[in-house]
Amino acid sequence: MAVDIRLASTCVRLKPESIDELTNLVTPGDVITSDTGFMRGHGTFMEDGKHHASVAGVVQRVNKLICVKPLKTRYNGEVGDIVVGRIIEVGMKRWKVDTHSKLDSVLMLSSVNLPGGELRRRSEEDEKLMRYYLKEGDLISAEVQSVFNDGSLSLHTRSLKYGKLGQGSLYLVSPSLIKRRKTHFHNLPCGVTVILGNNGYVWVCPTEGEVSEQTGGYEQNFEPVVRADREVVARIGNCVQSLADHRMMLFDTSILYTYEASLKFPVKDMMKPEVKTEVIDLARQRLERDGT
Amino acid sequence: MAGIELLSDQGFRVDGRKANELRRIQCRLGVFTQADGSAYIEQGNTKILAAVYGPHEIRGSRSKALHDKVLVNCQYSMATFSTGERKRRPRGDRKSKEMTMHLQQTFDAAILTSLYPRSQIDIFVEVLQSDGGNYCASVNAATLALIDAGIPLKDYVCACSASFVNDKPIMDISYLEESSGGAELIVATLPKSEQIVFLEMNSRLHEDNLSHVLDMAVKGCKDIHDVLDQAVREHVGEVAAISGLE
Repeated sequence: MAVDIRLASTCVRLKPESIDELTNLVTPGDVITSDTGFMRGHGTFMEDGKHHASVAGVVQRVNKLICVKPLKTRYNGEVGDIVVGRIIEVGMKRWKVDTHSKLDSVLMLSSVNLPGGELRRRSEEDEKLMRYYLKEGDLISAEVQSVFNDGSLSLHTRSLKYGKLGQGSLYLVSPSLIKRRKTHFHNLPCGVTVILGNNGYVWVCPTEGEVSEQTGGYEQNFEPVVRADREVVARIGNCVQSLADHRMMLFDTSILYTYEASLKFPVKDMMKPEVKTEVIDLARQRLERDGT
Repeated sequence: MAGIELLSDQGFRVDGRKANELRRIQCRLGVFTQADGSAYIEQGNTKILAAVYGPHEIRGSRSKALHDKVLVNCQYSMATFSTGERKRRPRGDRKSKEMTMHLQQTFDAAILTSLYPRSQIDIFVEVLQSDGGNYCASVNAATLALIDAGIPLKDYVCACSASFVNDKPIMDISYLEESSGGAELIVATLPKSEQIVFLEMNSRLHEDNLSHVLDMAVKGCKDIHDVLDQAVREHVGEVAAISGLE
């Protein structure tokens, strides 16, 4: 088997052609304004009556509110966001879920739909069955129901769209690269379903029939996925990773365009830097053409 | 003083620097993809990697959690090949433990800890090559990594060492100058507000000279801040240009 190995020293780092000096760029400790008429937002703090930046990033002003947005952070949850997460603990009437946020999220037993859509009876029985529904290591898709005082999230899966995820691949990207859209579930025409979690977790799996959607995903299908489907999943996954490496926003059109641009290469060659750059450039050009 | 002239009559040091000059600093942000933030710094021949994870849920025992602020957890380790003589224990020896504690205290003072109650920030520092000023370079690398991770800081934390040779203070001392037996003053500051967050002195120094040496070290911190700030601005500008932020 032929293996392609490259030295780290030959890797080219991404460099933009021109860097125009950003005017409203601040770094920690910089004074943003000494005007006390402004309100203090995220990424800033007050000292001696002056607003200072506490992170490196770009200053954003909304009326009287000053914020500094860092380039990358952990996921900051908001009510209504779609997230993909992994169960890390089964506790008293709740599951702990890792969603790449600052504190672990919780999924209450009372905010899930039980298998078959039946209503939950508050009994000890189903508390004991919790590990049967979801156990450590399982992946779920969910919606953010509320945000607690300390910033941790409470999730719910009270819709048949959400629930346990079966066979597919998970890709982790920076949360800032996910474009906020009306819908984050996309059935792409190539036979793949993509869930773009607002928390930067992207789930790619083969599109399934109508049947499984009725159960909320609790009945798992362990039928082997055919090779052709697996290849498409891997290709979409590679597209997601290439887009993230080039810091392009992720949404249905950008993924689809990248997918179409990548079709002339075999899946295994897609992560080679020169192929990646070419594919992304093609997709970017097409997106820009659409935009104008 | 064992034959070597640390400061010549012309005012040059062994490596050709003047008394008030830093070693060359080269740094890079975002060297790892897995970590939330990471940085690499070279100060002369001292080379350090730093990685930051967090803020995240407390790992290990829950009892360590602080209900009103974030727990800063550091680990300082020296690669076995980092020193002239091969090291047996890369971490966990007395010196590393002390260094770990000092880093923890330094960053506890600089991070806006009250923003993330009940969570934890991990800072891992690895010395790849040691040529004096390990603590200083570690602090500078960790600062860059924290900025890369988007963790709110009061200010940059910059650290610099200074010594006193031939009645003259010298800045940013190397291993050779460190091991010659003279006094060594290590300062970590918040350069914009000129607050000192950490100060350590090894061996003896006359009281009258202290203020000169301290001034020299604080001046060094400011110089380092300029270099780091430049690097951060370049990095942020570059990434913003790629991702098309306006």
